[in-house]
Amino acid sequence: MELLNHLALGLQTAATFANLFYCLIGVFLGTAIGVLPGLGPTATIAMLLPVTFVLPPVTALIMLAGIYYGSQYGGSTTSILVNLPGEAASVVTTLDGYQMAKQGRAGPALAASAIGSFFAGTVATFLIAAFGPPLAAAALKFGPAEFFSLMILGLVASVVLAQGSLLHAIGMVVLGLLLGLIGTDVNSGTQRFTFGIFELADGIGFVTVAMGMFGLGEIIRNLQNEEERSVMITNITGLWPTKEDFKRMVAPILRGTAIGSVLGILPGSGSILGSFAAYSIEKKVSKNRAQFGKGAIEGVAAPEAANNAGAQTSFIPLLTLGIPSNPVSALMVGAMIVHGIQPGPSVITEQPELFWGMIVSMWIGNLFLVILNYPLIGMWVRMIMIPYQFLYPGILVFCAIGVFSLKNTEFDIYFMALFGALGYLFSKLGCEPAPMLLAFILGPLMEEYLRRAMLLSRGNPWVFVQRPISATLLVLSVLAMLSVLLPAFSKTREEAFKE
Amino acid sequence: MTRNARDFWTGLLYIFFGSSAILIARDYGMGTAIKMGPAYFPTILGGLLLVIGVMSVIRSFIVAGIPIGAFGFKGLALVTISVVAFGFVVRGLGLVIALPLLIIVSAYGSTRFRWRPTLLMAAGLTIFCVLVFLKGLGIPLPIIGPWLGG
Repeated sequence: MELLNHLALGLQTAATFANLFYCLIGVFLGTAIGVLPGLGPTATIAMLLPVTFVLPPVTALIMLAGIYYGSQYGGSTTSILVNLPGEAASVVTTLDGYQMAKQGRAGPALAASAIGSFFAGTVATFLIAAFGPPLAAAALKFGPAEFFSLMILGLVASVVLAQGSLLHAIGMVVLGLLLGLIGTDVNSGTQRFTFGIFELADGIGFVTVAMGMFGLGEIIRNLQNEEERSVMITNITGLWPTKEDFKRMVAPILRGTAIGSVLGILPGSGSILGSFAAYSIEKKVSKNRAQFGKGAIEGVAAPEAANNAGAQTSFIPLLTLGIPSNPVSALMVGAMIVHGIQPGPSVITEQPELFWGMIVSMWIGNLFLVILNYPLIGMWVRMIMIPYQFLYPGILVFCAIGVFSLKNTEFDIYFMALFGALGYLFSKLGCEPAPMLLAFILGPLMEEYLRRAMLLSRGNPWVFVQRPISATLLVLSVLAMLSVLLPAFSKTREEAFKE
Repeated sequence: MTRNARDFWTGLLYIFFGSSAILIARDYGMGTAIKMGPAYFPTILGGLLLVIGVMSVIRSFIVAGIPIGAFGFKGLALVTISVVAFGFVVRGLGLVIALPLLIIVSAYGSTRFRWRPTLLMAAGLTIFCVLVFLKGLGIPLPIIGPWLGG
């Protein structure tokens, strides 16, 4: 019954006119930007973050969550219609989704994605509501050593899931941690790595880094290989799936939701792992496995459900432990800090209306997605068709003005350009920016927890393995790292990224 | 010669960032493990990055890898320059100059660049941004900057 009371409190918060309105705006803007080719959820959220800073905290986070779901759905739409996944998690959707679109069945593919996502979102919302409070209660017992080890686990997981060389991904994490330390040291007041530049006293903004590496870097990369995009929009007339389609969708959606929900909770994974796992499992168990890769609706429904379930349940570690598990939740952590909320286990008890309001609004956001998409699909298609040469100068304009508006200083524009160039350079060298962004946001937190842990242990570094929870987390990190070195796993890892 | 250009150059970058971090952090107080000074954590990280960089460079001579591939200098230069130039002139000349500058210079990076549609887009986007960001959201940027007597 307590669960229902909590959800009622959340509904009260989420269902005010302003919050519903901004949730709707968030979903709309998120989808609109998310369908633009070459803009994944991370870049979309980074671009739209400055808009939410003027809102009160609860409303801002509700809108951000809406932007997140919108951008994910937008990414699925481009995967299906133009074979361009906005992010790694929707790569598998292109396999069968684009084939369906080619056969003139874009409508049912989009519907499968929307229905799968909505169902998964509903289940995941209840999961967060059920598991959030006990997890947060457990986390209240965490000391600095546990938090430090938890962050290690999160960073290791992001490294394991990154594409390319393991060594380079670890390097990106360390570099990100270092860049995160730029600015005034909270303990001593020392200005670190500021080179006497006054604007760096507060450090480099995470939005600046994210916009640079994910927005600008991606544009520079796309400019190098401009290619024709063929949009499969010849006929989206039959939008509604047939009875047969519905029947074939049910089981994959259920399985996808279960897989995605479980894998989404793991730190570092977010929704990527879930969508890959759901697709490959579906490929094994489905009656229509021969059709996979040639336009099987199961191949769209399962990963899309898993994708969305994972996107939602990845909020569990974020809201209860304050540990972001992927670049998107890292941006959410940054946004919460900007609004003066320290994400962590105390949020549930100290700001229940924020916690429960956000959870209920997640479900409302998913509902809006389904409702919005039917009347607006024509508009999304038109947005997808904007030629890239007209698109990217516009993106640059929004990034430049947006990043300026954060602190009203041109310096952020210069740093964004710098990180854009750096992002391109690293992508050329085969180093993924996602682990770096995660580390960048965790850097100052990690240092703080390390300091406290060492102070409490009187300088004994063994404290991290002497405390059982901390030791368990570190053992998990080592296992995750070792698993990459196993030949069997590294083979599937390579295959997963190739697909 | 190196057999893996990616490993080699990434390693060099990591060595550069790692050793810079250590060298710069020498000016800050190291402290002790119990009471860490501002240099403690950065020095650990810098050392770690340095080691990773060295490992990467060494590996580049042993294990062969895929080449880096062509470098998109044109896109890199035009995007970076257009954004930096926007930052330089936006307060002085105002959005009326800064926005079209950003749009036209960056658009020139596309192989499908054509003057007419680009100019039209620049005009349209500038009007849109002035209305939305300046009039609507109240971002403190001039339409016509003081260098132009605005």
